[in-house]
Amino acid sequence: MQPKLLLLDDVLIERILDEAYQLLLKPGVKVNNEEARDLLGSAGAQIDTETNVVKIPEQIVRKALESAPREFYLYDYDGNPTVKYGGDAVHFDPGSSGIAMLNPETLEHETTETQHLLKLIKVAEQLSQYDAQSTAVVCHDVPQTIQDSYRLYLALLFSKKPIVTGAFTNKTVSEMIDMLAILAGGHEESKNKPRAIFDVCPAPPLIWSNFASGNLIALARAGIPAEIVSVPLSGAAAPVTMLGTVTQHTAECLAGITIHQLAKAGSPIVWGGAACIFDMKKGATPMGSVETAMLDCSYAQVAKSLNMPTHAYLGSSDSKLVDTQAGLESGVTAMIGALSGINMISGSGMLDFLSCHSAEKLVIDAEGIAMAKRMLEGVKLHTETLATGFYDDKINFKGGDFLKQKITMKLFREEQHLPSNVIDRDSMRDWKKAGSLDTFSRAKVMVNDLLASYTRPELDSAKVEQLHTFMLDLAKKAGVEQLPQLEDFQIA
Amino acid sequence: MTEDLDKLYKDMAQCIIEGESEVAIELAKKSIEIGLHPLDTITKGFVVGVNYIGDQFGAGEAFLPELVMAGEAMKAAVAVLEPELLKLGEAREMMGKVVLATVEGDIHEIGKTLVGTMLSASGFEVTDLGVDQPADKIIGKALEIDAQIIGMSALLTTTMVRQREVIEELDKEGLRPRIKVMVGGAPITRDWATKIKADGYSEDAVGAVKLAKELVGKADQ
Repeated sequence: MQPKLLLLDDVLIERILDEAYQLLLKPGVKVNNEEARDLLGSAGAQIDTETNVVKIPEQIVRKALESAPREFYLYDYDGNPTVKYGGDAVHFDPGSSGIAMLNPETLEHETTETQHLLKLIKVAEQLSQYDAQSTAVVCHDVPQTIQDSYRLYLALLFSKKPIVTGAFTNKTVSEMIDMLAILAGGHEESKNKPRAIFDVCPAPPLIWSNFASGNLIALARAGIPAEIVSVPLSGAAAPVTMLGTVTQHTAECLAGITIHQLAKAGSPIVWGGAACIFDMKKGATPMGSVETAMLDCSYAQVAKSLNMPTHAYLGSSDSKLVDTQAGLESGVTAMIGALSGINMISGSGMLDFLSCHSAEKLVIDAEGIAMAKRMLEGVKLHTETLATGFYDDKINFKGGDFLKQKITMKLFREEQHLPSNVIDRDSMRDWKKAGSLDTFSRAKVMVNDLLASYTRPELDSAKVEQLHTFMLDLAKKAGVEQLPQLEDFQIA
Repeated sequence: MTEDLDKLYKDMAQCIIEGESEVAIELAKKSIEIGLHPLDTITKGFVVGVNYIGDQFGAGEAFLPELVMAGEAMKAAVAVLEPELLKLGEAREMMGKVVLATVEGDIHEIGKTLVGTMLSASGFEVTDLGVDQPADKIIGKALEIDAQIIGMSALLTTTMVRQREVIEELDKEGLRPRIKVMVGGAPITRDWATKIKADGYSEDAVGAVKLAKELVGKADQ
């Protein structure tokens, strides 16, 4: 039995959906993309050509919900389905699109470049808690116009895992779709076994921007999965109440799914978000707050009532350092996300309102995820009798009796998560002997170990060369002759 | 034949590593049937497995249940082989005799039991008195079986002082250095062991075997 956290009852979920449908008519949704408006208009929505506000009737939305897939998979490089979107499957990936990275020695937030993204990819690649990579940080050492594609290029070269990515322009999303096709061996192959999913963000309140709508349409037509990341801010860009915020989030998702399915019915799409409260003292967006996790748990329930796959941004912290606040915010919200049965939970490794990444935090968060995943496995029934079968003739009424049972050796790994060295369970004297290290220091050691043990995956060299040529071509068009030199990577 | 023998020794080591007592017993019986010398069976076969799992545990690669099960499998194999050794008029050379106990007032013994298992598996003859043992009982048993080593555990800071009492009693009776004393337990440190004039201490069961071998002058075995 997978344990579950529920914050809403069925009556409230019905009311949320009912009011969300009302919002789609009044005030309606602002759609700043002509093609999206045309699609909605042809389907029967009413369009105000001056304000671009579209009133979307319920029956169009319901039809879109009918055609959207209930589940689909992301595949690794070798073609194995390793990430399931749908049902109560739970996966984690590092947060995306950071612009800074914590230097573990100086504690400065450094502007991110190629080396930073590679470090994060190499660490995440070796941690089984992360079922997918993300295009974790922006590489400021390449021209802005190719930064989206370049991030995906690096993830494709240095990882075999599925990738949660995104694009900030319509141009880059189509380039990235082409890059995925190169590695998959064709567009059809890429569609049949998608390697990546693209985050697409509506703007709160109730706005589908030009590029976001355009990306939805492009992804739908390519059959590459899209993940709606609706970001209502309670009290600022959404109603102050949780229920009000979740209702707005619902309307934004419903509008997005409708545009997407009108572009291509049956294409995979995810009900996701980075909902957050608005901090009234600092004017900040506290991703580590418990209310943020509660909003996500709630909207996931709404999505599940419609059998839609889910995503959320949890497991991050607003702290500037990998410290106690980082640990507690990341751990608590990751646990809430897991108990909410959210299919993909993004955010691990991140600090400072999703702007700064840390490889050290990534290895610590992996332990929080492991705890959450262990929790999800629940209390298991392994044996015919619960206890009586353990007390055989060999019981000596000694403390170590059960250590001598074969079943202990057989089952202890299933019953207990065995943590990495980041978690301290040493005796006091062993801890002192190992240098009296705190969590962050132990994480630094582990990151260095992981970087040392990393090997670049073996990929089809012809495809790699094609991908490289494609990327170099984009770079040249962007006005640079060369891409940053990649260590241990030489193209012929 | 040599290859078959190599494989048999490897299987012996492997069944210890996997903690398969039944397999260990079967292989021990087989070795007798085909006329292997029991000492060869132990040293070239089973002991290799015990050493391997001990090293793995020390490196953090193996876990307590595996260590204990390996020890149990070793004991099971040796139990089959020992009567054969007696028949041949040779006993397996024992590393030494050890009396183990958790001191008076303390009932925590998981660590001490582990030490017992590992010492037995490594060729010591172990008498484990259990928990809550007063000094006179411990010393009395050591004299009765002519033990070279007394090993004492304590989990509590309130009971670890009892370790000193046993040592003082031994000194008073003039029984040291004939009987060596090793101490262990969560609160025990090298400083404490030095302070109470113990002959040595170890932090874990694998280290305890090494220490016991040193104390009986067989560190290289």
